[in-house]
Amino acid sequence: MREKQKDRIARTTGKTKKWNSLSMLKKNWVCYLFVLPMLLYVILFSYVPMYGIQLAFKDFRAADGIWGSAWVGLKHFKTFFESYQFGTLLWNTLAVSLYSLIAGFPLPILFALILNYVTNGKFKKFSQMVTYAPHFISMVVYCGMIMIFLANDGIINQLLMLFGLEPAGFMSDPKKWRHIYVWSGVLQNLGWGSIMYISVLTSVGQELHEAAKVDGASMFQRLCHIDFPAIIPTMVIMLIMRTGEIMSVGFEKAFLLQNNVNLTYSEIISTYTYKIGIQGGQFSYSAAIGLFNNIINLTLLLAVNKIAKKVADVSLW
Amino acid sequence: MNLTKKIKSNPSDAVFLFIVYGLVIMLTLAILYPLYFVVIASVSNPNMVASGEVLFLPKGFNLDGYRYILRDKRIWTGYYNTIRYTFFGTLFALFLTIPSGYVLSRKDMAGRNLIMKMLIITQYFGGGLIPTYLVVKGLRLVDTPYVLMILGSFSVFNLILTRTFFLNTLPMELQEAAEIDGCGIFQYFIFVVIPLSKAIIAIMILYYAVGHWNSFFNGLIYVTKAELYPLQLILRDILITGQSVDPEGLDPETLEHMKLIARTIKYGVIIISSLPVLVMYPFVQKYFVKGVMIGSVKG
Repeated sequence: MREKQKDRIARTTGKTKKWNSLSMLKKNWVCYLFVLPMLLYVILFSYVPMYGIQLAFKDFRAADGIWGSAWVGLKHFKTFFESYQFGTLLWNTLAVSLYSLIAGFPLPILFALILNYVTNGKFKKFSQMVTYAPHFISMVVYCGMIMIFLANDGIINQLLMLFGLEPAGFMSDPKKWRHIYVWSGVLQNLGWGSIMYISVLTSVGQELHEAAKVDGASMFQRLCHIDFPAIIPTMVIMLIMRTGEIMSVGFEKAFLLQNNVNLTYSEIISTYTYKIGIQGGQFSYSAAIGLFNNIINLTLLLAVNKIAKKVADVSLW
Repeated sequence: MNLTKKIKSNPSDAVFLFIVYGLVIMLTLAILYPLYFVVIASVSNPNMVASGEVLFLPKGFNLDGYRYILRDKRIWTGYYNTIRYTFFGTLFALFLTIPSGYVLSRKDMAGRNLIMKMLIITQYFGGGLIPTYLVVKGLRLVDTPYVLMILGSFSVFNLILTRTFFLNTLPMELQEAAEIDGCGIFQYFIFVVIPLSKAIIAIMILYYAVGHWNSFFNGLIYVTKAELYPLQLILRDILITGQSVDPEGLDPETLEHMKLIARTIKYGVIIISSLPVLVMYPFVQKYFVKGVMIGSVKG
């Protein structure tokens, strides 16, 4: 009796939440059929691997499987911290990542801001189409292009000579590796990274601009005092997300641009875990390094998110 | 009228616009020129490309590069493999993403917030390379074509995009009206939701298909048999590792000639492998952009 009454109350007011969801469960069980394949997929390829992280604290032996292998505690982490590569790997990863962030973060914003003042519609569309295009080129092809262009007799050197400059050995000089990695990435993401900002800018009220025009504000002043403040929240969100990815420098690009000469600069944590794990078969050691990387990422993300929440009142969740 | 005329003649604006147009033109050219150069270099005389004569227009028109590429069996194998991985992978991706995106947008689905949280966690924390590899290995998927159709066929980002689309386009009243008429969830999905969601389905097809087409990492990790190689792995052999030609069964003279045009072959390979994306790109670009716009509404 009471339950029926509750049911009636729930239907009319929707207040007793627990009961409400139970009745919804009964009514809408079909919904769960809809999400089931996706849930299975996520459990299988995201959550089971998370469970498999225990590998990092074990000595994996194929015969014993993940569960049967013996616990070794933090042995693999110690080995990694004490190995001579540790410092280099960490620094290479951080350097290329921070450099990418500093060089790559402001440019799409600048691009969106100035594109907003391009009044010629056709040219604007054309420019957007061209700058978005590199986003759809596969990493293999993009890296192939970089290597062909920067070869000793490549087009870049030919252009340099055309302007009377000395040709340079780009790919053979390991010190140039980071610059090549970062600036090619900046160019690849310039257009695509700006879409988000462009969409925010188009939603800025036209009245603001009109009012500013009446007050005699120049375009540059409007850009600084109307457009720029409008995109600050988006900027902060993007910055937080980018910080959470600091340690996850793209494996593909670093791996593809690696050669024996530049390895001292180009070996980063992700390429190293691939080499010792997949190629070398040291599963536990590789998993430990991967976990270390993951934890740093997560810590950075949480920290930056907290700071952003305090300072700018913007948060990821 | 008078006012607007006066406003427009702010003298510093001319300088500002000059700088704006200058910058946009420079950036556009910096991206356009390399792409254009690949095209003209792929149809030019390799000697003229090497000596720097080909800068703005193709010179010594010659299709030798393409002729060799079309004779290279690896390219065809890669093409065939990638087409089937992309086709079935995208189909599978739609099956995973669209129905779940729809029900997760329904306000009357109990536990949807829990599921969303569960999905978002995977964005910030994961098992990493080796544990994932062991799972795939445990499922006996290594060195099968299925692994490259299954992996890369779901992304939380795309699901959130789909869900946001449904949240914004399907009014609650429509669902209620259908329910009163005795329409079940399944029927509602097939006959009302799907016809209304052509835009998001198009966006998802494009996102997943491009992802599968360009996917390199999964092939590198999970496939070792050459006959299963996706196009990107073969491209890597040709473009990066430098095995421009399959030396098997070629006489030394031809081999020598091939070394000469090795780079032309590379230019040609870039064009041929990117062709499907390049041809479609101008027509479907707006869908890609639309996808980002939907995504930006709800972060």
